[in-house]
Amino acid sequence: MISVKKKSILGDLKESLIQKAFQTSGLLAILVLLGIFALLLYTSVPAFKEISLKEFLTSTRWDPTSPERPEYGLLSMLASTIMVTVGALLIAFPLGVAVAAYLSDVASPKVREIVKPVVELLAAIPSVVVGFIGLTLVSPLLAKIFKLSHGLTALNGSLMLAIMALPTIISISEDSLNAVPVSYVEASLALGANRWQTLVRVKIPAAISGIIASLMLGMGRAIGETMTVLMATGNARAFPHGLLQSVRTLTANIAIELGEVPYFTTHYYALFGIGLVLFLMTFAINLTADLILEKQKRKLK
Amino acid sequence: MRKKLSAGFKKLMAGMLTGTALLAACGLLFTATASAQRKMIQVKGSDTMVNLVQILAEEYMAKKPGAAIAVLGGGSGTGITAIINGTCDLANHSREWKTKELDLAFEKGVRPRIFAIAVDALSIIVNENNSVDSLTMAQVGSIFRGEIKNWKVVGGPDQKISLYGRQSNSGTYSFLQEHVLNNKNYSQDVKEMNGNAQIIEAVSQDLAGVGYVGVGYLYDEKGEIRRGIKVLQIKKDENSPAYSPLDKEAVYSAKYAISRPLYQSTSGKPSAAVADFIRFELSPEGQAIVEKEGFFKIGQELMDQNDKNLK
Repeated sequence: MISVKKKSILGDLKESLIQKAFQTSGLLAILVLLGIFALLLYTSVPAFKEISLKEFLTSTRWDPTSPERPEYGLLSMLASTIMVTVGALLIAFPLGVAVAAYLSDVASPKVREIVKPVVELLAAIPSVVVGFIGLTLVSPLLAKIFKLSHGLTALNGSLMLAIMALPTIISISEDSLNAVPVSYVEASLALGANRWQTLVRVKIPAAISGIIASLMLGMGRAIGETMTVLMATGNARAFPHGLLQSVRTLTANIAIELGEVPYFTTHYYALFGIGLVLFLMTFAINLTADLILEKQKRKLK
Repeated sequence: MRKKLSAGFKKLMAGMLTGTALLAACGLLFTATASAQRKMIQVKGSDTMVNLVQILAEEYMAKKPGAAIAVLGGGSGTGITAIINGTCDLANHSREWKTKELDLAFEKGVRPRIFAIAVDALSIIVNENNSVDSLTMAQVGSIFRGEIKNWKVVGGPDQKISLYGRQSNSGTYSFLQEHVLNNKNYSQDVKEMNGNAQIIEAVSQDLAGVGYVGVGYLYDEKGEIRRGIKVLQIKKDENSPAYSPLDKEAVYSAKYAISRPLYQSTSGKPSAAVADFIRFELSPEGQAIVEKEGFFKIGQELMDQNDKNLK
């Protein structure tokens, strides 16, 4: 009796300890996030002693080392980031969902067993290698196709980012298509729908939350990617007027300038200001994705 | 090669420099107690030159066991100020003295003596199929400021100019901005590449491309000019002859326009110890180190001036 009681006390203790440990690690994630936010805020605020917030957000000229007058406007780079990301998703999302549908509904198990690991292997290519391919292989090709003198353009960056976002979009979309209960498909087929109708009207709507999640994760990857766009897009600071122009994204700008910026200067603080803007952007994207998913889940119930 | 230094290596170098400075400080203390005669030579100034002079100093100290030299960066202005205030023995500067600085020096009774120890040069490259062979300094400036937008204006094909350059914090970027763009802003359309090699790669593929790279990067490992690019000849102005940076003599004698001598200055006649170090830098052995570090050696004209200043 006594020993059993002892054991249960020990068990309780163990359980509460484990619970505490998990709780702490959960809290730690929040703490790290808050810490990063606080650090970015703390390091970027001094920049606004010399830069007006209006200039920072609405001026299109960024030239902190100008001998004439330092300028700190990030609108051009913000527009470039959005342009390259949207371009990448326009390419990668339809393609990715199509491949996912093929893998889950059309491909024979044998083909699926080969294609799926290959797609996932695509994610393992280092971004610097993708960038190098963009720089040396794809950009001359684009130049030829569009009769440009060079191919280091936003389109080149979008294509490269699309390659990097594809594995995420394909594997998450495919997983969520596979997760649709077989009963849905059977019911649809039993009602006389063909396989196409079943896919488009039953499976995809049922899996839409996962598909949207894949889009958001792909977007997060595209916005945050640095090395690839740094190598592929030419990094000109001018405001982008089209996909066939050289652009500089926010991430590329930080990578270019943070390495050799004199510490604790306005320029240094302004680069952290850009980091803060990027952080807020991805935060907003993730929040929207969560809200969409939540809505979708409630609807399905 | 100086321009290839990664940030990490620079940090390492900075650390080594601090280490050297600390060691030097200890050494100074030690020698001060041991014998008051031995004196540390303090060198300060240009960041472009700090690695070069550090290596020169190490080689020199290896040869002369009694010598002690501490090299610090901080920028050309810092070095010149230190000479004016008498807080260093030798200043490194990659630009000439400004009139204001000279006035201040003379006010304080300092008569600087200036020595050119190396030459730094930049080349302007275009695609090999571009018909343009030479440009004036003013034209290069206008092109990179974005004022000249078409090759037609400078006698080339009717094609929009496509600009390539380095990142805003590289020394090469500011060298061109100071020296050729007359301290005006670069065009916002310059595509900023991740290093000299990428500029060469891009220009070799871009019929309308133009870029600037350190002269050392023009050659491949066999010592031949890289394929696909053409190195432009540069004229100081409309009426002067054009020189190519591949013409070594032209660079040595500073006739090639986009080059700058790298200087050292002393306050008045250099002391025997400092003069000996400068002589080592200018010796064939010192100049070989200069070339190995990616700079050019000094031509005869500048060397003659150096000799005069040493006496």
